[in-house]
Amino acid sequence: MSLILTIASREFRTLFLSPMAWTILAILQFILAFLFLTQVEAFTTLQPKLASIEGAPGLTDIIVPPLFGNAAIILLLVTPLLTMRLICEERRNKTLSLLLSAPVSTIDIILGKYVGILGLMLLIIALTTLMPLSLLGGGELDLGKLFANILALLLLVTAFTAIGLFMSCIAGHPTVAAMATFGVLLLLWILDWTSGLTDQRSELFEYLSILRHFQNIQSGLISSIDVSYFLLFITIFIALSIRSLDNERLQK
Amino acid sequence: MTTLIEAEHLTRYYGKHCAVNDVSFTLAKGEVLGFLGANGAGKTTTMQMLCGNLAPSAGQITINGFDLLDQPKAAKRNLGYLPDTPPLYKELSVQEFLLYCAKLHGVAKNSVTDAINRTKERCGLTEVAERLIVNLSKGFQQRVGIAQAILHNPEVIVLDEPTVGLDPIQIREIRTLIRELGQDHGVILSTHILTEVQESCSHVQIIHQGQLILNETIAGLNRQMDTGTLQITTRLAPDINSLLTLPGISSIETISENRIKIHHSVTANPAEQIAEHIITAGWGLQELTPIKRSMEDIFISLTQEHREL
Repeated sequence: MSLILTIASREFRTLFLSPMAWTILAILQFILAFLFLTQVEAFTTLQPKLASIEGAPGLTDIIVPPLFGNAAIILLLVTPLLTMRLICEERRNKTLSLLLSAPVSTIDIILGKYVGILGLMLLIIALTTLMPLSLLGGGELDLGKLFANILALLLLVTAFTAIGLFMSCIAGHPTVAAMATFGVLLLLWILDWTSGLTDQRSELFEYLSILRHFQNIQSGLISSIDVSYFLLFITIFIALSIRSLDNERLQK
Repeated sequence: MTTLIEAEHLTRYYGKHCAVNDVSFTLAKGEVLGFLGANGAGKTTTMQMLCGNLAPSAGQITINGFDLLDQPKAAKRNLGYLPDTPPLYKELSVQEFLLYCAKLHGVAKNSVTDAINRTKERCGLTEVAERLIVNLSKGFQQRVGIAQAILHNPEVIVLDEPTVGLDPIQIREIRTLIRELGQDHGVILSTHILTEVQESCSHVQIIHQGQLILNETIAGLNRQMDTGTLQITTRLAPDINSLLTLPGISSIETISENRIKIHHSVTANPAEQIAEHIITAGWGLQELTPIKRSMEDIFISLTQEHREL
């Protein structure tokens, strides 16, 4: 356990030693703040009309889901860039042999890497959450719904990261890892678009679509089907990463 | 003597190409084993297998009594490895990097500082401890690599070409360090610099095209190298036929009119008789030098012999 934390903390700190993490945090924060303010603006213009409607969507409904939905799309673009270097770069810089010849198991290495990069992801989610929380100063929020959104984004991002980690294990070059991760994520995202176009709905595609599960949780409906989808997803890709790193010793 | 490494019938294939073929050896405490071989002979592959970076296609490795495959953690705890490219996180400072390595190797919390300070001193890194590794010269980076391998005081230290890129003074320091380490650890170092083996090793192995073709102590090797040759310079041209009658001389090679090379058997050293013979004949002895077969000669003759086979 302490080994996992050792590897994770080095990974996390190294991210902040290069401009990478800072740049991504700054740009994300800027874009999300802009989107957040647009939503707040929309709410203030709509407010008089909403007041007259019975059971109208509240402040939380208008601001939080769009904000987290947008954050999810931006993270779909950003996660591959963050995860591409995890194992790939170590292999290219020959630092992987330091880990492989140390008394550390492959599981420790993969989990350490995963936890390290998740640290940054948590930071991104925390910074995003601060925006709607700032509204507490002048209004009231549906905290339950906010929590559902945080949970949805968290599960989504941990799943994204797991794929990214796996791609970084199997790719020979970081750019390839990033492209592959992005490709898979985008495919999973748009998988159920076909169901809107034709009458033939594919239940398999609908189940596989990551977007559908994300939106289910986001709407405040936290069902075990959606949560277990994400957990299964994460477990599979972590296990595949461990397998792939184990094979490192056998291949060539 | 405790056996630290036992490698049995190591074989490794890369696809169809056989990089290491049935290599077996042992390493005991207090030994410094030099691993010699031309480029691509299989040195690095063997070392990577010893350190668990590469799984052998066949064979077994035991480190300090722990099987590398069955108990990898216990085996690796006794292992310090410097690969051919030092594994350095260049964006960290030397101090941070060593701290990370110490934690990774499970150095006890209360002895981490001691271990790091001792290693920094041993490898001459105290001055540069706060600098980023990326800004260090290649020689210093190599030293950080060595520091990383000996930090946790492992029983077995495996160094893959440890003196590459160092200046002559640093090379001497590192060789001294290796000899020091050899006293209470087992050290394996690979190199293609032959003098390095002569200077710092107690045992030598030559690997050629994946096969072990020599496994000797340095003393044994030195005996082999003695197979005598004498170089003789005289004022007047010597009569070769009369010299050949002396006991123990196997052949004479004429280099120039006044200079000859006499090959003789190892057991009998005929230097004295030769000197006497030349002086009584009045050829005017000017030089009589024993020529040692250098490590290079042995290396080349061994590897060539093998090529012919």
